[in-house]
Amino acid sequence: MKTTEIVIFTILFLVVSGMGFLAARWRRPNDLASLNEWGLGGRSFGSWITWFLIGGDLYTAYTFVAVPALIFGAGAMGFYAVPYTVVVYPMVMLVLVRLWSVSHVHNLVTPADFVRVRFGSPTLALLVAITGIVATMPYIALQLIGIEAVLKTMGLTGDLPLIVAFAILAAYTYQSGLRAPALIAFVKDSLIYLVILVAIIYIPAKLGGMGSVFDAAKAKFDAAGSGGITLNANNQLQYVTLALGSALALFLYPHSVTGILASRNRNVIKRNMSALPAYSLLLGLIALLGYMAIAAGITPIGKDNNTIVPRLFDAMFPDWFAGVAFAAVGIGALVPAAIMSIAAANLFSRNIYKEYVNRNATAAQEATVSKVASLVVKVGAVLCILLIDPQFSIDLQLIGGVIILQTLPSVGLGLYTRWFHRGGLIAGWAAGMAAGMLLLYNISNPATDHAHFGGSAFPLAQLGFDTKITVYAGFLALIVNLVVAVLGTFVARAFRSSDGPDGTRPEDYFADQGDPRVHELETTAPAA
Amino acid sequence: MTTPRDDRRRSPDYSPLNWLLLLPVVIPLVPPLFNAVEPRLFGVPLFYWLQLAFIVLGVTTTTLVYRATRRNR
Repeated sequence: MKTTEIVIFTILFLVVSGMGFLAARWRRPNDLASLNEWGLGGRSFGSWITWFLIGGDLYTAYTFVAVPALIFGAGAMGFYAVPYTVVVYPMVMLVLVRLWSVSHVHNLVTPADFVRVRFGSPTLALLVAITGIVATMPYIALQLIGIEAVLKTMGLTGDLPLIVAFAILAAYTYQSGLRAPALIAFVKDSLIYLVILVAIIYIPAKLGGMGSVFDAAKAKFDAAGSGGITLNANNQLQYVTLALGSALALFLYPHSVTGILASRNRNVIKRNMSALPAYSLLLGLIALLGYMAIAAGITPIGKDNNTIVPRLFDAMFPDWFAGVAFAAVGIGALVPAAIMSIAAANLFSRNIYKEYVNRNATAAQEATVSKVASLVVKVGAVLCILLIDPQFSIDLQLIGGVIILQTLPSVGLGLYTRWFHRGGLIAGWAAGMAAGMLLLYNISNPATDHAHFGGSAFPLAQLGFDTKITVYAGFLALIVNLVVAVLGTFVARAFRSSDGPDGTRPEDYFADQGDPRVHELETTAPAA
Repeated sequence: MTTPRDDRRRSPDYSPLNWLLLLPVVIPLVPPLFNAVEPRLFGVPLFYWLQLAFIVLGVTTTTLVYRATRRNR
């Protein structure tokens, strides 16, 4: 047990929890009992809040723990997180403002809502909603792994601390909705920036400079005969397709969309596309902690590489600052876990409950269902970690990235074109899912003792090519999806199969705050 | 608030500057540009410092596009 670390961690954790409960009063709405308020924070967040919220949402505790772990184990390949988070913002900038506009004109809360109104197909919307829920669940579970890695390093074993942490989180999310993570994100990100800036200056200085850090890493990979501090001829395509595929998938995740729709107007989103890369820089620096751990001779607890960063902090920092660093990771898990559970709950209440159970649900009923669903989602995540091998959650999250990508044709391309037939999109989704599962099933990884679902790098040799080159499985599955969606659309047209009505008009995609078509919400929150 | 659409084929979001956004999407996905150790910068291999520098490219282009296309209310 490390008393100083535990005391600092506990104090910061409790302060943040108090903020979570008080958040219900922040930018006080007349009534929290609607999804616009509970689930989207009144749709009124300005540039700063949006920056903290989306930053805290996308760059999760798990990311901060897992990316250095990947670098520690495999080297340069793990750095894909940097190009991934560089290309994503310029790529989605113009797409997201369209999504914002159409969502505000039609009062949409989830990506599946959009598909429902655009393609007039409850079935397609249901598929998109289920895909979103299934992809998000293991992601929430992974946040627990981030907390667990920290608790383990402090010598706190057993399940109780983890359960307490998540119970507190569940309680204030239930009460305050999206306002809770938005407020907590300020603390979380300030702590993370502080810790990383100190780490990136202090630790290399103790290890003899960045040059010797990289030399130590190179020596380790050379001795092991695998990995390396640059890419080799066989994994470059995997590096590029993984970065691009992950970037395409990022804003298809329901929790990312929640952050976007909570912002006040189109300018806020555009501005954030140039401000969010600050987190990418942070992530790039954090990634290098993996090499610093090699140079410092850090060993993981057991076989769990995710403990590398906490162990490095523990070894390098004085106890009190290690406590601050651990709190940063622990709190860092709460923000995304809260937003993800809200997003998954909204999908359930809007696209399953309202569509199939109670068509005439009032706004208050929707909000109540979402609140309860958010609790169920979190209990499920805790059970996942406690009852099943955590490795299972990691595998599931890997699958999650591949399956969420299969909603790209209907959600992403759907924002630009109504050319696809709903039948073609459904066929494409099914084909992409099947292909993705098949590819992942056939990836083995001797290092983690996996015969199947061993990673995302699919060896092209398995398709009969005489090469050692690997490619991101999600990318191949998306190509299958697109080809089938196009062919399916031609077939559906040829048979004159009836297509759903498009509930949107071209000008809906350009509406902005102040436009009479945009729903103004009744809120006493100040406009600024 | 909304500008009248006199040109029906061109969306109100269109700006020639939008093409700039292609640079930070394409360049970071070309490994031959950065897959090397030398030249180092403060001991950091090219692979790492150049990819971190691409963040600046992304910020610059998105800022330019935002400034050129933001709507004044």
